[in-house]
Amino acid sequence: MTASQTSFKTRAAAALADRTLKVAIDRTTATAERKRAAAVAAFPEFAAARERGEAIKNHVIAHLDHYLVMFESNATAAGAKVHWAADGAEARAIVTRICRDAKAKLVTRSKSMLGEEIGLPHALANAGIERVETDLAEHIIQLAGEKPSHIVWPAMHRTREQVAELFKASHHPPPAAADPATMVQSARRELRAKFLGADIGISGANFLIAATGATCTVTNEGNAELTTTPPRIHIVTAGIEKLVPSTAHAFTLLRLLVRSATGGELTQYTTFHCGPKRAGDADGPEEMHIVLVDNGRTKMLADEFRTMLRCIRCGACMNHCVVYRQIGGHAYGGTYPGPMGSVLTPVLDGLAGARDLPHACTLNGRCAEVCPVGIPLPTLLRAWRSRSWRERREPRALRAGIGFWALVARRPTLYRLVSRIGVRMLRLFGSRGWIARLPLARGWTRHRDLPRPAGRTFMEQYRANQAKQGARA
Amino acid sequence: MSGQPHPRVALFVTCLIDAMRPGIGFAAIQLLEEAGCRVEVPQRQTCCGQPALNSGDDRDAAHLARQTIAACEGFDYVVVPSGSCAATIVHGYPDLLADDPAWATRSTAMAAKTHEITSFLVDIMNFRPQGRRLDATATYHDSCSGLRELGVSAQPRVLLSQIEGLEMRGLEGNDVCCGFGGTFCVKYSEISNTIVTEKAEAIERTGADLLLAGDLGCLMNMAGKLNRRGTKTRCFHTIEVLAGRANGPAIGEED
Repeated sequence: MTASQTSFKTRAAAALADRTLKVAIDRTTATAERKRAAAVAAFPEFAAARERGEAIKNHVIAHLDHYLVMFESNATAAGAKVHWAADGAEARAIVTRICRDAKAKLVTRSKSMLGEEIGLPHALANAGIERVETDLAEHIIQLAGEKPSHIVWPAMHRTREQVAELFKASHHPPPAAADPATMVQSARRELRAKFLGADIGISGANFLIAATGATCTVTNEGNAELTTTPPRIHIVTAGIEKLVPSTAHAFTLLRLLVRSATGGELTQYTTFHCGPKRAGDADGPEEMHIVLVDNGRTKMLADEFRTMLRCIRCGACMNHCVVYRQIGGHAYGGTYPGPMGSVLTPVLDGLAGARDLPHACTLNGRCAEVCPVGIPLPTLLRAWRSRSWRERREPRALRAGIGFWALVARRPTLYRLVSRIGVRMLRLFGSRGWIARLPLARGWTRHRDLPRPAGRTFMEQYRANQAKQGARA
Repeated sequence: MSGQPHPRVALFVTCLIDAMRPGIGFAAIQLLEEAGCRVEVPQRQTCCGQPALNSGDDRDAAHLARQTIAACEGFDYVVVPSGSCAATIVHGYPDLLADDPAWATRSTAMAAKTHEITSFLVDIMNFRPQGRRLDATATYHDSCSGLRELGVSAQPRVLLSQIEGLEMRGLEGNDVCCGFGGTFCVKYSEISNTIVTEKAEAIERTGADLLLAGDLGCLMNMAGKLNRRGTKTRCFHTIEVLAGRANGPAIGEED
């Protein structure tokens, strides 16, 4: 999926103008922030778990080849079929081929950002297969024809009032009332028949357990279980960075993931899917396919974005991001929004179309502070800025401006002269302490006043004082 | 505590204070001298290089890093009245110069002796201002770089608690970015505007007379927004208040 064709700034401006969007963002992120803080405070070992989580991910990343082979071998032994996809196109082709071979007409899917990343919803539609999203929020955005705006709450850009309107127009019969409980009941009724009639269920994976060959999903709605158990075939699509050595390691990461994402201790459902139905099992799919997707990840192993492979997709970075909290997820234009998305989207879609993302950040560091696996997000965003500069992608005026400024700043004597003249000129634009309009700094003065500088620079005054003291001595 | 009672300290003024609000630099000298330091202002300093570093222009940033190191490394300490400029020296320089054999060691040595001013006064000099009085209410914004990259949090509050008559009021979202972000605020001015508007609203809700912070960039952003909104909150750098300068003009006031 490539970033949309409109520019980041256009999308951001539209988002800023949408006050209902702001209400929706504030409701969800403020709650998430509060609950995460409480969950972390109630878990004294959080800092230690975080170090452990970071170490587990670092270890897996350093030995990815080893664990991938181990996972394939154990998953195969459990009866699953493992497929390897180098990129999104290969992954889409593998999934649609399995669907066609099975003559599938109806596919249910539980929420998977990897599926969005590889463009699976669109590919299924193109293959003429009916796709039903079973996560409540995914159900909402499927009805609305939208993409996820958050990696944990895909429909967080919609207020419950908007969802009520949507359900009224789309559900048959429409929900009897607009309260959350009635709306959830209505969605359950809509989805129930689909769960039981689906030929294939597609899920993602929160973890791939190398030691057992199992995949792990976490949900609060139980939809992943209903997606993966009744249909004849279960397909898992997962990024290769989801590997952990063992189930115990998965649990260490689960303690971090759930607290960081929702502030809960555990999700309502934590399910390990290990191979298809065995002889004597009461239920389960007849076939299980696991599609392991690279899509740029092995390339990240070798470059400065390697630490990004630690990401467990909790969404804490975006919940705590001042920029995300103003513009929401869609404005970012990629599959993944917020700070983690601003690192990943240039990897997935190329820097050319995503140049704004690493720049549209104040580098305040709150994302890294809350990251449960200690990813240095501001450092990674700065690395993209460096690459963008090296590849000469910055606007010419900005390059020239920084270039001229640096030329002067590297010559202290010239710098003193320029700043002496500069502050005097700047004073001409204002009166009574403030500058309300400044031609070359409209970005500043459009929204705020600029304090008028003192008449003389610090260095001028300091040297004059030194000279006076010298004369007295 | 430092090994010596009267260390030689280089004041790194910062380009913004040099041009926009020299009084902060003089407040810094005054406090450092009260704490027993011998303060000098190295004349080969200009800017720490942050605008280049945050724009991705690593070459120019490295030039300015070398220039700043050469200007300041001959002192016992380098003290900076800005969390973000201090963090650039402490964390940015060693990263920028890691692959430069001649400068890697010098950059880590420089980083080890560089401090943001309030943390230097408290953690190294064990200084407390004496005999200051200010009858006012104030609220404090934690500037992000100082807070998260250098751990500046308790120190300014400890120092401010010494001022008689000064009542500190909590600021909702005190550790949330004000939307300045250096060039961010002009490159993405519409987003920056909505962030600083929320910050200004939180400041207004405190009803405090004064807004204090440790970084002039953030202060100019918040003060400029408050003034545009017609709010009368007076904005000062923390050390101006500590140095007894809050009776003088606030940011945007003239003598």
